[in-house]
Amino acid sequence: MIVRILGEGQYDVSDEALDRLNQLDSAVETAVEVGDEEAFGDALAALLDGVRTVGIAHALDSLDESDLILPPADATIDEVRDLLAEADDGLIPG
Amino acid sequence: MSLMKRISLIFRSKANKALDRAEDPRETLDYSYQRQLDLLSKVRRGVADVATSRKRVELQVTQLEQQSTKLQGQAEKALQMDREDLAREALTRKSALTTQINDLRAQHAQLMGEEEKLTLAQQRLQAKVESFRTRKETIKATYTAAEAQTRIGEAMSGIGEEMGDVGMAIQRAEDKTAQMQARAGAIDELIASGALDDASAINAGDDISRELESMSSEADVEAELMRMKGLSAGKEPGAIGGGAGSGDVLAEQPETSTEGEEPR
Repeated sequence: MIVRILGEGQYDVSDEALDRLNQLDSAVETAVEVGDEEAFGDALAALLDGVRTVGIAHALDSLDESDLILPPADATIDEVRDLLAEADDGLIPG
Repeated sequence: MSLMKRISLIFRSKANKALDRAEDPRETLDYSYQRQLDLLSKVRRGVADVATSRKRVELQVTQLEQQSTKLQGQAEKALQMDREDLAREALTRKSALTTQINDLRAQHAQLMGEEEKLTLAQQRLQAKVESFRTRKETIKATYTAAEAQTRIGEAMSGIGEEMGDVGMAIQRAEDKTAQMQARAGAIDELIASGALDDASAINAGDDISRELESMSSEADVEAELMRMKGLSAGKEPGAIGGGAGSGDVLAEQPETSTEGEEPR
């Protein structure tokens, strides 16, 4: 499957690696729920590192959609909450 | 549902909302391509803007470093002249500058990071836009409007996601740069006002410089006087013979210089 890290690009990740990534994802989710910025930073870094480690960079010129989209490495909890907000403000400026 | 999945779904729906679709799907392709080109030039401008901010911070660091070196020199000079008070003042100012410089260096590193990220985002978008252009021409040449629909859908959502990602990267870089520019503007004003010469006493100007200059010109005059007197003393024939007269000449010297200092 294709995983996009926002601000970094797309990676091909094998389905077997997904279980481990799901565990890392729960840690991020818990940190967001309790609003623990430090734990969130660590958990997100671990999750993204996991994707970078098991993933292979997806072809730059492909027009494939990603199966999963992850927040940028330097995101804060507030930014993740913004990403989750269903507000229909456009993502593309201009 | 996991956080990843929720973010993915919401991001995708937001990205897709941005892709207006025309009546004739083939028109949609051209319209979307135009928007991609617009976004590409926007990200290029973003890279240039961040680079400008980075250069501005570099210049400020250089200016503050020069000022810091100057204060260090002043502190050393003051200490040579037994003016510990002045030396302390100069070092206090220098220490305030060091804080500023470290802060600017951190900003510089951050701007470098943003510049690199945007440059890479630009390259990624460029590759996908190029790919989209090829696909668009193929679709237009090969399929009727009705047939083209699904092919277009595929191409559009892939590029839409990339555009959303790049759009976010531009927005983040703009936000960060704007914050730093406000601070850079404040530092430029401080440098221009001369207040950074003088972190402890605003508007006192470069008073350490002035005091040191007046002291060192006095010291230079004294040294020059001593040197000249030394030369004339050396010419005394008695100096070689060690006669009684030579002792008198030497003994008079401190008196002369003391007289010279009295009016201060």
